[in-house]
Amino acid sequence: MTEPLISLRNVSKHFTMDRDLLGRTTSVLKAVDDLSLDIYPGETFGLVGESGCGKTTVGKLLVDLYEPTAGEIVYNGVDLAKVSAKERRRYCRDIQLIFQDPYASLNPRMTVGDIIAEPIRVNRLQPVEKIDDRVGYLLNAVGLSANYRNRFPHEFSGGQRQRVGIARALAMEPKLIVCDEPVSALDVSIQAQVLNLLDDLSEEFGLTYLFIAHGLNVVKHISDRVGVMYLGKLVEVAPKRELYRNPLHPYTKALLSAIPVTNPALRTKRILLEGDVTSPIDPKPGCRFAGRCYAKGECVGCACDDEMPPLVEVSPGHFVACYLHPGAR
Amino acid sequence: MSEWNQSSVNEVPSRGSESQKADETFAMGIALPDGQIPVYDHDETFHEKPENQWLEMWRSLRANRAALVSLVFVLALVVIAVIGPYITPYNPIETEMSNALKPPSAEHWFGTDQLGMDIFSRVIAGTRVSLTVGLLAVSIALTTGIVLGAIAGYAGGWVDTVIMRVMDMMLAIPSILLAITLMAALGKGIDKAVIAIGLVSIPEYARIVRGNILSIKENDYIAAAHVVGLSDARIIFRHVLPNALSVIIVRATLGISSAILDTAALGFLGLGVQPPQPEWGDMLGRARGFIFQAPHTLLYPGMAITATVLAFNLLGDGLRDALDPRARIK
Repeated sequence: MTEPLISLRNVSKHFTMDRDLLGRTTSVLKAVDDLSLDIYPGETFGLVGESGCGKTTVGKLLVDLYEPTAGEIVYNGVDLAKVSAKERRRYCRDIQLIFQDPYASLNPRMTVGDIIAEPIRVNRLQPVEKIDDRVGYLLNAVGLSANYRNRFPHEFSGGQRQRVGIARALAMEPKLIVCDEPVSALDVSIQAQVLNLLDDLSEEFGLTYLFIAHGLNVVKHISDRVGVMYLGKLVEVAPKRELYRNPLHPYTKALLSAIPVTNPALRTKRILLEGDVTSPIDPKPGCRFAGRCYAKGECVGCACDDEMPPLVEVSPGHFVACYLHPGAR
Repeated sequence: MSEWNQSSVNEVPSRGSESQKADETFAMGIALPDGQIPVYDHDETFHEKPENQWLEMWRSLRANRAALVSLVFVLALVVIAVIGPYITPYNPIETEMSNALKPPSAEHWFGTDQLGMDIFSRVIAGTRVSLTVGLLAVSIALTTGIVLGAIAGYAGGWVDTVIMRVMDMMLAIPSILLAITLMAALGKGIDKAVIAIGLVSIPEYARIVRGNILSIKENDYIAAAHVVGLSDARIIFRHVLPNALSVIIVRATLGISSAILDTAALGFLGLGVQPPQPEWGDMLGRARGFIFQAPHTLLYPGMAITATVLAFNLLGDGLRDALDPRARIK
């Protein structure tokens, strides 16, 4: 097996919600809790989960916008927390981010040419006289005319803005791009175009993606492996086909049943989860999903309410964190 | 594949036959037109020539008639402020008691005041004081306010708390009262008036800058700037301040008018310029007893204040629109 490009090892990110009079933390939001994840070069890893499960926090941890509370992030064999700030910045160049909201991610006062040229200029990625050509090349690579360089972001549609955002990320010549729900703010027809563009670019530029989404349907088209997150924890990781054919975790099954199926003959019963998402603030011990789990009754004698089941490999490459599966108990 | 799916008309054979089966089971509701990304290479609606931002701003300002008239008026005021004292028909500080309180006439266009001084000459000569005080006071308030507001907005935490609580304390006292108190401590005189007016308007700028920086800081494009490895200084100057600039410029333009008003108020109270130096507010203050016998003694300095303040306000509004690429009049 090849070495992972980047690994999260037991990474946690906690936010302090409340302190007592003495400044001691009394309430903690565990956005990401003891999460381990390997991403291999060239693959597209889909990370899914509902709003508030911490998937965006994972993305921000990877691009160094957040510092992990605990655990380590290892990039190319280097622990990013242990190197100097300058070195870390150099490594973090390789990891870029595409944002969810194309309307907030571009500076409204800069032309798209400047937006794309700035990372190149500041990081001296190209000789000065070649920057213009490079910007034109990048604009073409994301399916925009090079003539658009002097336009302002507000003159573009959402899909076009997202392409500009992609071009800015590409300008850094990254190895890994974290796509934080890059299509969820777009029209369905535009979503398909942007997904295809990302797919084409991964071959052209040799990119690895961490693709964050809130539903399994979008991730399905672009991912090689998929991880399902629930309240700061990974509950299931598997190669895409394996996950879609043989979902093991009750939550994954529920997510899959929520994808609209066009053929009525193939429709299966929709699993409706009851209750609200448990709050990530001061979570109770036990499986994070226990409160909404419809399969809890099947698992006699399981410690669902006492301890979070570990993520165990049940078949090659297929990990699940549920007591229903042997190995977890 | 279902026939009744409306988007299936455009459907292209699914990518990668290996995932065909899974595709059928969990078919997406959307069609993916492979390789049909449009490239608009010859779109004529898009300008090929680089557009100068300042040119575009000027074009937008020019289209706004009120702002344009105000700009011309303000420029005229600046010219008058510079050459004014040399072109007055009479010496603005020369009294002629036999000619006091004369209504406007061919010799004295705006009439004469209670001491027989030519009001037209005094209004002209007073322009320099008003504009200078306005600009200087705003410069003091603006630079201090931007620095304090930016520090508070960026640093956050206790630095923010300390700076903003001090600003709140200053805001708790009515600004003109605070200015009068400062003048009482500093002494009379126009230079002291500038300092007093400048100091009391710092909190307004600090608050506006801080508020703007707080909201701009949360934008994804600031996060994007961090991710592409820009330094904090570059982020502040290239990404945060330009987005706060329009608000600051508009606030400063409006601030000039309120500084002019404050100068006039201090002059009216006899605290600013000392007689017989001409100053609009001082002229109003000294003539107020003659409002019924000789209303022109108040009318013209009053009109000068009103017109100047109005011009700066309208210009500020026009600049706000011109500086915002989204609100530009095409």
